[in-house]
Parts: sequence; structure tokens; C-alpha cells
Amino acid sequence: MVNTYKNEKHSQQQSAADDFGTTFTSYTLEENIMRKVAIYGKGGIGKSTTTQNLVAGLVELDRKIMVVGCDPKADSTRLLLGGLAQKSVLDTLREEGEDVELENIRKKGYGGTWCVESGGPEPGVGCAGRGIITSINMLESLGAYDESEGLDYAFYDVLGDVVCGGFAMPMRDGKAEEIYIVVSGEMMAMYAANNISKGIVKFAQSGGVRLCGLICNSRAVDNEKEMIEQFAEKLGTRMIYFVPRDNDVQRAEIHRKTVIEWGPELPQANVYRGLAKAIDENKSFDIPTPLVIEELEQLLMDFGLMAAA
Amino acid sequence: MLLRHTPKEITERKALVINPAKTCQPIGAMYAALGIHGCLPHSHGAQGCCAYHRSALTRHYKEPISASTSSFTEGASVFGGHSNLLQAINNIFTVYEPEVIAIHTTCLSETIGDDLKQIRTKAQKEGKIPAGKYVFGASTPSYVGSHVTGFSNMVKAMTEFAESTGKKNGKVNIIPGWVEPADMEEIKRMAKLTGVKSILFPDTSGVLNTPLTGEYKMFPDGGTTVAELKSTGDSVGTLALGEWCSADAAIELDKKNKVPCKVLDMPFGLKATDRFVDALRKIAGVTVSDELALERGQLVDMISDMHEYFYHKKVALVGDPDQLIAMTEFLVSIDICPVHIITGTPGKKFEKRIREITRDMPFEVNVKAKGDMFLLHQWIKNDPVDLLMGNTYCKYIARDEDVPLVRWGFPILDRQGHQYFPTVGYKGGLRLLEKILAALLDRKDRDDPEIKFELIL
Repeated sequence: MVNTYKNEKHSQQQSAADDFGTTFTSYTLEENIMRKVAIYGKGGIGKSTTTQNLVAGLVELDRKIMVVGCDPKADSTRLLLGGLAQKSVLDTLREEGEDVELENIRKKGYGGTWCVESGGPEPGVGCAGRGIITSINMLESLGAYDESEGLDYAFYDVLGDVVCGGFAMPMRDGKAEEIYIVVSGEMMAMYAANNISKGIVKFAQSGGVRLCGLICNSRAVDNEKEMIEQFAEKLGTRMIYFVPRDNDVQRAEIHRKTVIEWGPELPQANVYRGLAKAIDENKSFDIPTPLVIEELEQLLMDFGLMAAA
Repeated sequence: MLLRHTPKEITERKALVINPAKTCQPIGAMYAALGIHGCLPHSHGAQGCCAYHRSALTRHYKEPISASTSSFTEGASVFGGHSNLLQAINNIFTVYEPEVIAIHTTCLSETIGDDLKQIRTKAQKEGKIPAGKYVFGASTPSYVGSHVTGFSNMVKAMTEFAESTGKKNGKVNIIPGWVEPADMEEIKRMAKLTGVKSILFPDTSGVLNTPLTGEYKMFPDGGTTVAELKSTGDSVGTLALGEWCSADAAIELDKKNKVPCKVLDMPFGLKATDRFVDALRKIAGVTVSDELALERGQLVDMISDMHEYFYHKKVALVGDPDQLIAMTEFLVSIDICPVHIITGTPGKKFEKRIREITRDMPFEVNVKAKGDMFLLHQWIKNDPVDLLMGNTYCKYIARDEDVPLVRWGFPILDRQGHQYFPTVGYKGGLRLLEKILAALLDRKDRDDPEIKFELIL
């Protein structure tokens, strides 16, 4: 037995040099140039609505996008999918165990956009923050972000404030690099935006995450545009777009569609096209300078009094 | 009958695991980290985690395991553990002076979402990491995967050290996977015998099998040095032994430093060792050394001499995926029939691979990933075996069912030798056979009636 083995190896000796190159395989992938964007903002400010309408705008610019909803309510992709049609990552995980396939957790929506809902526990139980960590890790390990997917954008639509480590997951190293905060002229919305900026500062110091602008989703507050512009300036960023209040948004929502899909000729559709263009062309990446609370209140006073006067 | 409540009838269980065949991720991460020279593993979590993980390793390796902890309190759970970790890094470099701190997370720090990289950067900026010292880490939540996952995550994190200088070093990286210190030594010896210059990482030989000299060294002489880890980026290729333990690190080195790789099975038994030796031989462009050929011949000799005692013996196996795959292949190749195979580590691929290997076996195989020892026990009750191979926890089943047990895998808490005698390679194959034979023949001697009791076997 020993001899045959050796002889066999001897006969292979000639080709040993050629074997050298074939022993190893290369898994090297091309560098991915996908833009990774997270949308934050106070709960109820219209993050999901704005994100989906904006994504519809980007689709018209021929961009290939994946939207990752990071909200236990799992309603971040409703308008793109035409209803709550998506089984969330965490539900899939709970029912099928750890061996999940990519096709189980993402669904194609408007204009070929990939939609993923992280999902999470019911109100009052479990840990929603951990849910976000789990689902983003899972998407990564399943290759949802791979070059072969040909994505131009990944959007994270994140619930409310950055209340715990889990909700900051999209900001971590190598995840989202561009943050947009949806805000309005209401005190609590601005307060939340300021808080989120504090979170960004923390992660910007160690990684590539940057604040790229405020999206003002108007609540028709007095002097709103000017106030948010001023607020943005103090935060060390800019107001990238002003989205006026328009009931067509709600009408489109009732039909489970984005404004661009439901009424492409409506003025509000053009607003979202404008927002999409502004984000697509954005070149400003800033580390924010959060305000102290007195400063923030002063800002409100100044603009509020101006209106009264 | 300590397990007398285990029923023979198998009912489907979804939510309950009884006597798990796995343990925490950080245990694997800690073991891997000890394979770096001058490295102190650091547990980022509450104290109990660290205490358990250290003692689990101490009980198996019979060596003192040094590791530090972030000592989370209620405050740290609410506010995040970063100030604890910053303080810990400062204290560790001041008091213990390791060259490297390898941080692994725990369930608690993972759930509150602490970001190791961000905290490390902060420590760097605040000057808490002295020049020439290193801090790196891996995410190791125990509610994901198993101790094998933790090991793999920590080894993958080690690739962070790799640097590409543009000049190849003419060496091959070998990632041994979770094997004993003696196995790591044996893998190095086999590479050397084939004329392959290698960098083995992690390498716990000389760390967890040290002699008693009367002098305590917190950081023993062994382990892969940081210089070697840096150099892995310039190697001509990587051999990763074991898909579960080592493939992630090898693929990461490929992506990051363009070092191509080959993933092999762990070299347990004849065929898997042949493939490992063949890969080494091809890399070096030489024939197999006479010494290795001799060892192989000895193994083949023992297999053929003792074949009658192996033939169609039924075995139940429990352990970790990489080890089980190679062991199953080995047993099947010598006509032993592994009929029940359990790992606690998840992975559907494992079951598929085992079914492929056992396809031509005369008995049907029971295999389950993410299984537990309770199920293994039930299988044995329904279809008895001649031998049980697995870690020390198997002794309860062995005693109740009166089956001989060969201790193999992790942890072994009640026998010795695993640190010192390899089970990888041809030499290791001989040792495995010796142990399997001893168990089978001892049983034969015990059970044979007087008229069949033989002097010579």
C-alpha cells in the first residue's frame, strides 16, 4: 500500500509545478460602490413615507435599490409593495430557524426595488434593537449587499430616535455612510433630530458615517423653512430639501402607492423627484455639531416670535 | 440510571433542548485568542460569563486560563459598556502588560449593541493603547451558532492584522481549526516534513500544553506572534482546515489581502489526511516525504491487521461539525458504521455532507445538526450501538446503556492525554484506532463467555 501510494505521487511529480497555482481558489470580489443611506427622524414624522417616495424618484433615475425597514411595525415598504405583503426577517427566523435563504426575506417591489422588513417583537416584549442587529447581520451573511446584486443604493428606514445600541446599528462601521434626518418645524421633531445628531457624532469619530442633510417634511409651521435652514446651519449641515405638505401623499397612501406611482403628473410627485435628484447629487458629508437645549429653544423662540410680530 | 427518565419513544420537540451538544461562542473565541503569543482574552460582559468560560477551558486543558472581563453592572447594561471597556484596556496594559488584547462580546453586550470597533478607536484616540500593543475583537453572541461559531469569528478577526507589503513571503498560512495543542504541533510537523514553510494561526501549542517548571508565566512562549499574523497577508496561499472553524478567516484573507485559499476537511483519519498531505505536497512541488509515507503505511497496516474487529460495528458520534465530518469519513473507510451522528452546531450543510459520506453504508444513518444528547440517547435506545464517541458528557449515556465510550472532542473533563497526543494526521489516526480498539476489545474480553475468551486477539 505504501509503495503504490508513493509511486502514484512520483508520477505526479512532473506536474507539481503546475499544481501549485491550482491548489488555491480565489474568492476575491470587486469593490462595491453602492451608496448606503439611513433615514432617521422622530416617530410619526413621515420617514417611511418620505423614504419610499424618494426611492420611487430614484427608480425613475434608473437606480437599483434595496430598502431595509428597521421598524418592528414592519410598515416601511408598504407603498413599494402595494400593501403589507412582506414577511419580516425576524418572523422568518422564528419560524424557519437559522437556515434562512435570501429569497425568503426580500421581495421585489415598485420598479424592481428589493424590499426587506426587519420586523421585531410585539409591543411590550423582547428587544427590538437586537432585532435590527440580527437582521442586518443576516442580510450581510446572505450576500444581499454583494456586488453581484448590482445595487446602487441601500436604504435603511430606522424607527424613531436612536434609543439604544440596536437602533444605531445602521450607523456602525461599514453599514450606512450617509444619514438624512427627516424633520419638521415642530419642537419635538427638532429635538429628536438634535439627539440623533449626537449619535452620529459618536459614530463619525470612529467610522465613515456622515450627516448629509435634513429633509424638512413640512407641518405648515410658521417660518418653517427658514427655521429649519437655520437649524441645519447650526447643526453643521444643510436642509437638502423642503417637502411641502400635500394631501395627495395621504391619498396615495390610501391606495398603497407612492405618489410617483399613483399620480405621476401631480406636483407632489415632482417634489419627490426633486428630493431624489438632490440626494443622488449630494456631495456634502458633515460631522454634525449638536446644539445644547437652550440654543434649540432660543431658535424656536426667535422664529416663533418673528411670526407673531 | 442517572438518565432513567429518557423515554425510548421519540416525540418531536421544537422549543426544548435537553443536554445540549454545544456551548457558548466566547469559549471558542477565548480558545482561539490564546493561540496568539502574549494575548490576553477579554470578555466584554458581566463577570459570570468570563468565570464560566475560563473554567470550562481550564477543566479541559488543565492549565490556568487567564482572561479579563469588563465586569458589567446594572449601570453598564443601561448606559452601554464602553466606559468599562476603556477602563479595562487601560488597566490591562498597565497591570498585566500583554502584547495583544483579544476582546469578545457576550450575550449582554451584544444585546445592548456595544460597538467594539468604535470603542477601540476611542481607546486609541485617548492614548490607552500603548505603542506597539494591539487590541482587536470579535462579536460572539451565544444565542447565535455555538462555540464553533465563536472560534471561527475570532480567527476571522485575526485576519485584521494581515498586511500586504507587495512582496510575497514564500509561506503558506495554515488555519488548523479547533484542534488540540498537540494537533497544532503535529500539523506544523507535517508541513515541515513536506518542506512547506507555514504560518499556523491560531497556535495553542506551547500555550495550553506547557510543562510544570515551578515558574508561572501568564503569557507562555507559544502562540502565533503578531509579526507572523501581519505576514499572513504576504503568504502565497491559505489552507483552511475545517469549513466551520476556518473557512471564514481564509475567505476574509482572500478578500482583504488577495491571498487565495483552499478549504479542506480537518485531517482526521486516512483520507482527509491524504488530502491535506497532497495539498502540502503540491504547494511545495515535492513528493511526499519518506517519513510521512512510513507513518501512512503504519496506519494502513493497523487498519488491515485489525479489520475483523472494526467490521460493521455500529457507532454513535457526537461533536462539532468539522471533526464529525472527518471522523465519519474515517470510520466508514474502515468499515465501522457511524449510525447516529449529532452536533449542537446549526448548519443544514452538515447533514447533507454526512449523508453523502454514509451513502453506501449498510445501515441507515440518523444525523442532526442543532441536535442534543437527549435525542442521541433516544436513538441509541431504539437502535443500540457497539461504541459511543464524544465528549465527557457522553459518560451518562454510556453508563446507562452500558456502551463503551471513547472520549473525543471538547470538552474532556475526566481523562487526560488529549493535550499531549495528537489525533490529526497519520500518527493521530493510529492513536484514534488504538483507543477505538481498546474500547471494543475490552468490552469483548468482558462479555465473551469462558469458552470464547481468547488470549490473542
